[in-house]
Amino acid sequence: MNRTPPAPRRPGSPAARRRRRTGSLLGLAAWLCGIGFFLPVAWMVLTSFHSETDAATNPPSVGAGLSLHGYREFFGEGSGVSPWPPLINSLTASVVATLLVLLLAVPAAYALAIKPVRKWSDVLFFFLSTKMLPLVAGLLPIYLVAQNTGMLDSIWLLVLLYTSMNLPIAVWMMRSFLAEVPVEMLEAASIDGAGLTTTLTRIVAPVAMPGIAATALISFIFSWNELLFARVLTGIVAGTSPVFLTGLVTSQGLFLAKVCAAATVISLPVIVAGFAAQDKLVQGLSLGAVK
Amino acid sequence: MPIRTTETAPAAGVRAVPRGGSPAARARRTERAKNWARRAPLLPALVFLIIVTQLPFVATVVISFTRWNALAPENRGFAALDNYRAVFTDPAMRASVGTTVLLTVTVVLVSLLLGLVLALLLDRGFRGRGIVRTLLITPFLVVPVASALLWKHALYNASYGLLNGSLTWIWRLFGSDDPPQPDWMTDSPLAAVEVSLIWQWTPFMMLILLAGLQSRATDAIEAARMDGASAFDIFRYLTLPHLRRYLELAALLGTVYVVQNFDAVFTITSGGLGTANLPYTIYQTFYQAHDYGRASAQGVVVVLCSLLVATFALRTVSSLLREEVTR
Repeated sequence: MNRTPPAPRRPGSPAARRRRRTGSLLGLAAWLCGIGFFLPVAWMVLTSFHSETDAATNPPSVGAGLSLHGYREFFGEGSGVSPWPPLINSLTASVVATLLVLLLAVPAAYALAIKPVRKWSDVLFFFLSTKMLPLVAGLLPIYLVAQNTGMLDSIWLLVLLYTSMNLPIAVWMMRSFLAEVPVEMLEAASIDGAGLTTTLTRIVAPVAMPGIAATALISFIFSWNELLFARVLTGIVAGTSPVFLTGLVTSQGLFLAKVCAAATVISLPVIVAGFAAQDKLVQGLSLGAVK
Repeated sequence: MPIRTTETAPAAGVRAVPRGGSPAARARRTERAKNWARRAPLLPALVFLIIVTQLPFVATVVISFTRWNALAPENRGFAALDNYRAVFTDPAMRASVGTTVLLTVTVVLVSLLLGLVLALLLDRGFRGRGIVRTLLITPFLVVPVASALLWKHALYNASYGLLNGSLTWIWRLFGSDDPPQPDWMTDSPLAAVEVSLIWQWTPFMMLILLAGLQSRATDAIEAARMDGASAFDIFRYLTLPHLRRYLELAALLGTVYVVQNFDAVFTITSGGLGTANLPYTIYQTFYQAHDYGRASAQGVVVVLCSLLVATFALRTVSSLLREEVTR
């Protein structure tokens, strides 16, 4: 270690020049990593715009002409199987489950964060521990109950399960966001005679809005992506997009351009939402969960 | 917080006092109402979680002691520990425990390390940082089944996948018509699954660690730099201790999700060639073999193992909570 005082940082000094050079090298490295990680996605999108013959060539046909064939096939012009019902099912299940998660998680997190109940950390542990148990171990009873109550192949069963799947993480994230609400504001509200509902909607919600948005996004992403429950518990009526996607391959051989088009379309809502809210995502995943 | 003894002891006396009676009684009543108001917002979430996640586990335990195959419904009855014996003597089950551990540890450690490197790169200012971050988080946003299909068919495929296609292209550049064309998914099936999962989870780790880096106090680092501390020293003695909780959190959340992975195993290898993890094995016993009893016993074993790991992990989490400011 060099204990001599650092050289004054004039633009022309050798130290500054050296630092600038390593700086731009590291920036280059970051760019290369970014492009490397993005490459498979770029390849998926490019392949989705190729004809089936151009999609499956060796070496890859990067410069081949673009075609909407894959998308036309996916939207049912060739096969007659429409992707709209699964897309709508996915949207319904994810949006309703996310709303339910917020409805349940915000008050619970409020109770844990702002007016800590006795043994609040134990309660938080309980919430988190339900997430540690593999959901697959409860799959059979849920399947049997659904079978006996006629809820098999119903989107509402998925809504219930997705809510329970995302609730623990949501409580966990929301609790730390709500801990940011200044106590003075709450005291002032209680002196003014505000009830729980008023306090939640007028004081807590506005302050915690970025946290609520991040929690909602995470819950939406995990619901939209879920495959196992959807595959076991739904069928023709309530099948979601991931189930539809697995069906594309097994039914009639492989059409690479069509599969890539389908994968692109189905991933698009999450990608767009994730890009739009990436700052909130950064905060939500970490500040929210650690603070 | 109220003191317990004052709440419980004079319960009979409270009723004897008429409504709006002694100030002490009134105070007790409002205190109790306040306690309820504190707990009430917790209850809906708690009750919901208990019904949807805990009750099915209880049912799973009960079913695990029965002989019950949906293909032979008449032969149903109490099985005692038969299912558990089958689980523990089944080599496939034991193998899938090993696969789950190996898969989870590899994916979590490698993506954590890669995520740390990427977060450190992104924490510095450089031209186009926002674009690079956007490029980097994309794998996390692609639907897991879609990314599994992408890796299996568009990248790994031996005859037209991008990996072998690129090998062909590179070899041709040097005038060779005999490029190596490995069959990635048969030659190293578990690694094929792991690579796709590492690709998917590294951005998640990076996001958590990046926010950790950005919440560092810059004045301490500036002061250390003024004192002539090297970049490595700053990383070792300032950044890493600060990041500890973020690293723990990333590892914990990553483990929770990777242990339960189904999509990649199901799609890329269909559990073949030693890649069947526990969720996939249970899925098979239940969905394909229709052996409800044994699937439940497998589930219970998984839950017990998870509880062991969870207790260990919760200790880590408790270090996350230790510095908590309780209000």
